[in-house]
Amino acid sequence: MKDAFGAPQSLLVLGGTSEIGLATARRLVARRTRTVWLAGRPSPDLEAAAAALRGLRPETDAVTVRTVPFDALDPSAHEEALGKVFAEGDVDMVLLAFGVLGDQGRDEAAPLAAVRVAQTNYTGAVSAGLICANALRAQGHGSLVVLSSVAGERVRRANFIYGSSKAGLDAFAQGLGDALHGSGVHVMVVRPGFVRTRMTAGLTEAPMATTPEAVAHAIEQGLWRRSETVWVPGAMRLVMSALRHVPRTVFRRLPL
Amino acid sequence: MSDAETSTEPAGPVTGWGRTAPSVARLVRPRSYEEAAAAVRACGTRGGIARGLGRAYGDAAQNAGGAVLDMTGLARIRSIDADAGLVVCDAGVSLHRLMEVLLPLGWFVPVTPGTRYVTVGGAIGADIHGKNHHVSGSFGRHVRAFDLLTADGTIRTVLPGTDLFDATTGGMGLTGVILSATVQLLPVETSLMSVDTERATDLDDLMARLTANDHGYRYSVAWIDLLARGAATGRAVLTRGDHAPYDALPRRARRDPLAFRPGRLPAAPAFVPDGLLSRPAVGLFNELWYRRAPRHRTGELQRLSAFFHPLDGVPHWNRVYGRAGFVQYQFVVGYGREDTLRRIVRRIARRGCPSFLAVLKRFGEGDPGWLSFPMPGWTLALDIPAGLTGLGAFLDELDEEVAGAGGRVYLAKDSRLRPDALRVMYPRLPDFLDLRAELDPRAVFTSDLARRLGL
Repeated sequence: MKDAFGAPQSLLVLGGTSEIGLATARRLVARRTRTVWLAGRPSPDLEAAAAALRGLRPETDAVTVRTVPFDALDPSAHEEALGKVFAEGDVDMVLLAFGVLGDQGRDEAAPLAAVRVAQTNYTGAVSAGLICANALRAQGHGSLVVLSSVAGERVRRANFIYGSSKAGLDAFAQGLGDALHGSGVHVMVVRPGFVRTRMTAGLTEAPMATTPEAVAHAIEQGLWRRSETVWVPGAMRLVMSALRHVPRTVFRRLPL
Repeated sequence: MSDAETSTEPAGPVTGWGRTAPSVARLVRPRSYEEAAAAVRACGTRGGIARGLGRAYGDAAQNAGGAVLDMTGLARIRSIDADAGLVVCDAGVSLHRLMEVLLPLGWFVPVTPGTRYVTVGGAIGADIHGKNHHVSGSFGRHVRAFDLLTADGTIRTVLPGTDLFDATTGGMGLTGVILSATVQLLPVETSLMSVDTERATDLDDLMARLTANDHGYRYSVAWIDLLARGAATGRAVLTRGDHAPYDALPRRARRDPLAFRPGRLPAAPAFVPDGLLSRPAVGLFNELWYRRAPRHRTGELQRLSAFFHPLDGVPHWNRVYGRAGFVQYQFVVGYGREDTLRRIVRRIARRGCPSFLAVLKRFGEGDPGWLSFPMPGWTLALDIPAGLTGLGAFLDELDEEVAGAGGRVYLAKDSRLRPDALRVMYPRLPDFLDLRAELDPRAVFTSDLARRLGL
């Protein structure tokens, strides 16, 4: 159960090697979280991430961290994989953290690669999001935290494949949050700006760039306030509300 | 009556009095013992928990995804023995109702907390205490018997001195649903209180005054200003008294000495902006409250409601904390651990928690309930807005101090304790868990509090 400050005791991270996901897990383990599920494609990285979380509280069995095989691109297996997690006990918080950036230039020339971006970021999230939402609804409490992006708020020429997938995800999560209103389940959409991670390594840093730790902090604050939308950094909200209204003819010329 | 007649309201978010951590449950309102039994049988895999008037501050009467049995539909006073001062009533009867009915007969509830709007079932489940704990102990001490609906669907009459009685008093509803209880009452001559008020200039002065002559009063409590710092840290207003004897009443009041007329102000508005109770606002309130109190006054006659339940005058006062709600932190540390109390008071004052409802009291002997809160020592209770930055970690630190001194926090007020801290604070917890495993192996009775703390 979450406590009065929204701190969860159990956490499921979809995208178990996501840097933002793991930064959030570390932060929550420092508070009340004692059960963590890392869902992702089986890999040494996933196991290493689990071991690192266990190491945060070396006292015997202080934190239970388990991995569960999960592939966003295989929605037909989601029900079974996630069903197992919920069958083991309540999950106070689900963090939907998987996603790929793709390579805009290459993906424009290779439509199937672009489709994989869309399938991972949007289709996979629709499947996993609905399955988790139903399980949370049945338990009558919990938070579903969806990692969206400012890239989906106003889609740019430079990364519209990724941006459109996040726009779809963001809209889906908002609608899901409204559908779950009054069910005891809280859906929170998190819109970070440019985050310094492996995914963005080598890219030119955008203004107001942030870190996985800052996103994790914002998520913890959002849980406490039961926020529906969280921008990271907070000022990004103002920037985007301005950009949203820039006319197309101007917007496409902006050096974004 | 058939099951279909049990009113089942659509699921809605349920919170405690502190309005934090809402969860959704099926609300069932049984109107008879049979309906209650049927509701327990129909609880399903996520179980059920009894709920009274929702005055527990945290998640004790919430049950996410399961059933919450609203017991206020079971509110009949079954019999009153006006000679012996015994009342037999349903669990959903409020202390307010008991006062309305019993005061004209010259009887008063044996223990009342800071609100009359708690049910008898809740009073037993939380084993509540009042300003008279140092003399009279907790509510459970005055219960002569109760009927408990257990997980197997049977109704058992439970008597003091048995394991089931001691597990249920303070057991937070996790042993079953209390259906009715027999309570021993306190005889009174009037409905007025004779009150002595004095000021204490700091915490040491306060503790000295309380220690010196608490035993001379049936009721004793100190309101403490936790925002005052420096030399004034822990300054307080002591109010102590007893039921006024008939002879103490002025002529006019003698015409109707047992009248019960609690005043009531308009309710707090449904929407209050967050942060209304800011540090400066509460600081000003505390300053005025302290200055307003007489340095020393004896024998003042006060109405019962003014002495015991000042906040009941403002319905829904919990809304003043805004959307974020508030937490109440109440702990006890034993006599001889005054150093811990001093340290905690200093820490709270230094941190500037805007708390305008802090009270300090001395407890008497501990009570037999396995999870009962009181133990001989000092108890401090304070309200803090849940939106205060870093509050979670701060209270965890206070838990460490309290547990380290052999003290504990009160479950009826809790909404944030760590499960491992609970194990240290309540040494009889293993007995409680064993009894529960035997009595309710499928955990039919459960709550958000039980899930959070592993009860």
